[in-house]
Amino acid sequence: MKTLLDPCCDRCTHTPETPCRDYVRCLTEGPICHDDPACKAEKQRLLKEIKPNEENQQIFVCTGTGCASCGAHNIVDSLNEEINHQGLANTVNVVPTGCHGFCEQGPTLIIEPRQILYTLVKPDDVAEIVQKEFVEGERVERLLYVDPLTNQPATTFANANFFAKQTRVVLNNCGFINPEKIEDYIARDGYKGLTNALQKMTPVEVIDEVKKSGLRGRGGAGFPTGLKWSFCRQAIGDKKYIICNADEGDPGAFMDRGVLEGDPHAVIEGMLIGAYAIGADEGYVYCRAEYPLAIKHLEIAIRQAEEVGLLGDNILNSGFNFHLFIRAGAGAFVCGEETALIASIEGKRGMPKVRPPFPAQSGLWGKPTNNNNVETWANVPHILRNGADRYAQFGTEKSKGTKIFALTGKVNNTGLAEVPMGMTLRDIIFDIGGGIQNGKKFKAVQIGGPSGGCLPDEMLDLQVDYDTLTKAGAMVGSGGLVIMDETTCMVDIARFFLNFSQSESCGKCTPCREGTKRMWEILDRITKGEGKEEDLDNLEHLAVVVKETSLCGLGQNAPNPVLSALKYFRPEFEAHIRDKNCPAHVCSALMTYSIDPDKCKKCGLCAKSCPSGCISGDKKTPYQIDVAACIKCGTCADVCKFGAVIRA
Amino acid sequence: MCEACEDLIDPKETELDAVIAQYVREKGALIPVLQKAQEIYGYLPTEVLKRVGRGLRIPLSKIYGVVTFYAQFRLMPMGRNVLRVCLGTACHVRGGAKVLETIEQELGVKDGGTTEDQRFTLEIVACIGACGLAPTMMINDEVHGRLTAENVTEILSKYE
Repeated sequence: MKTLLDPCCDRCTHTPETPCRDYVRCLTEGPICHDDPACKAEKQRLLKEIKPNEENQQIFVCTGTGCASCGAHNIVDSLNEEINHQGLANTVNVVPTGCHGFCEQGPTLIIEPRQILYTLVKPDDVAEIVQKEFVEGERVERLLYVDPLTNQPATTFANANFFAKQTRVVLNNCGFINPEKIEDYIARDGYKGLTNALQKMTPVEVIDEVKKSGLRGRGGAGFPTGLKWSFCRQAIGDKKYIICNADEGDPGAFMDRGVLEGDPHAVIEGMLIGAYAIGADEGYVYCRAEYPLAIKHLEIAIRQAEEVGLLGDNILNSGFNFHLFIRAGAGAFVCGEETALIASIEGKRGMPKVRPPFPAQSGLWGKPTNNNNVETWANVPHILRNGADRYAQFGTEKSKGTKIFALTGKVNNTGLAEVPMGMTLRDIIFDIGGGIQNGKKFKAVQIGGPSGGCLPDEMLDLQVDYDTLTKAGAMVGSGGLVIMDETTCMVDIARFFLNFSQSESCGKCTPCREGTKRMWEILDRITKGEGKEEDLDNLEHLAVVVKETSLCGLGQNAPNPVLSALKYFRPEFEAHIRDKNCPAHVCSALMTYSIDPDKCKKCGLCAKSCPSGCISGDKKTPYQIDVAACIKCGTCADVCKFGAVIRA
Repeated sequence: MCEACEDLIDPKETELDAVIAQYVREKGALIPVLQKAQEIYGYLPTEVLKRVGRGLRIPLSKIYGVVTFYAQFRLMPMGRNVLRVCLGTACHVRGGAKVLETIEQELGVKDGGTTEDQRFTLEIVACIGACGLAPTMMINDEVHGRLTAENVTEILSKYE
């Protein structure tokens, strides 16, 4: 069967060896080199097959890592079976896509062009969906998403607050194309940014356009991308490299995974444009091995781009060559730091180096190298396709464009949400995120992973952009937002992050290797009720030393979660030290368990489950805990069906 | 070659040599070769490291340095299934520790341990990127989310 990628007739001569400069435009608007109504009609017909419309309805089933783990592939199979069974194969298409972003409600599917969103779909629901949607023209009401704020079912996905409040630029294709098909990407204006750059602009003009857009690095530090490119372009070297940092190690962040799984060609197109601007002819994507699906989709995408001549030599007959390779990480958080990442690609231990020289002067194998994060690269095609001005309409004065945030923790709508820079935390957490789970009270939001900070209630109206957050003691980081409610202990969270940082420290510099370990020891002591009065001052002092003297970003930012927790939640630390009390009832060493005799129904389940046998009682007397023998494991409280066990 | 000699050839070794030959001219080949070697053998025995060193002309000391730096590489045999329990921030906040406790009890091993019957190797990791479904774990390449102390036992029983 003919696809969009096949030549329309003998007059088309495009191959990777004999490339045509108008190849991309020809696929969607062509033919360009000759005028033939039959060829044009054929191309439009093939394009129509990809884009959803009334005669060709499409069911986009999210098969990203999250939904796939909830059985999305079974749903795809059942849908195909049912559609064939009902004889609808000519008018309804099932498309497995990347992440829709709505992980909390997965598996999700979207029916286009009607924009119907079904959530928490099971294979058993498939027959009913097909029957109602495509035979009777009705909805399956019970599978519509019900907004936790309004209690109203969302009639279309665009109506659901989770999607309505977002501005999807980078995620525009995620969930609406088959990431394993390059023609799906091209049909949605893919590779047009590259075509613009190669046909109409010099490399310097491309850099100027990116500078004008105001795009800043999405990996965390927020360095202006255009400026970074110009450093590497100006550096002297016979060979230059570009790198895509896909070593997304921040716990709680998964937007890079989402983009790579759902729209890998956007990253490749961004890298092509960057390589052209910088003058590089080789590139690497360094992707963590924990993301097998992202690596698979990237491999397929690179192969397809090579097959049609969008990667390789003399791309689109412009004389520009670019080859792209994948390197899988081997499990080291520090490799997200660019000099460590470069060492890892070179096959060495992933340890950071002193800068200068910066990678722009001397990077991979001593050559000038430019490294950007996945999301940064994925922004680039939009700038070159629609112009810097249109891109810069989103965001604040100094932080332009949109940012993808990963909403996780105790929030109703976990998932990926893309918003304009400058939206407030409150809007992100309560409007898009749908508020806190189980009606609990908001306590803190951890933003920016192990390098970021915890912000309290009173900071919720803060605008999310690079400069505002840094001032508040947090950072945008990669964009992980972990929401915490009243049952989260901030001392425990600070200890958690320090434990992470000290175990991921590569050990090269002393402040990070020793300092983070000592900080963790102090925090561990406090959570065990052995904290001393001077601990907090020592902790702060140590934090400043580690911050100021560590070699790389990992050490320099590792104290941030502790410093911000101390700044905003100091009384909680003091309660642990002075009163030997954990107000959130998390730190087990500081808790006592007792049984409320009035609530106890004398069932004896607690005594049966108690591993230390310290609960006594019988059918006539309420059960009691022997506090001296209790090991504070909390099992009794977990098993009690009547809420009679009191944690204090 | 006679049939008796063919038996003496270790197919894994042939496979490893092919991988080395494929990468020998590439720069920065060590880590991809070690990853492939671990796929073939399940872990990285000393003999394999020596063979990789000879093939790529890299001293064993350097290879050992790289192998011990990265969490992915294993010098000891692993179980048939590798179970990675996530204790990243989102999983920590949503009760990952309780899930881990249940798994530890069920399997009788701690972080880094392998069950006596070689069925599971247990590892604690910090984030597998499925935070929306926290708490999560990954068995081999399959992700399991929305875990509870109750459903985790059932999931384990599906792996032999």
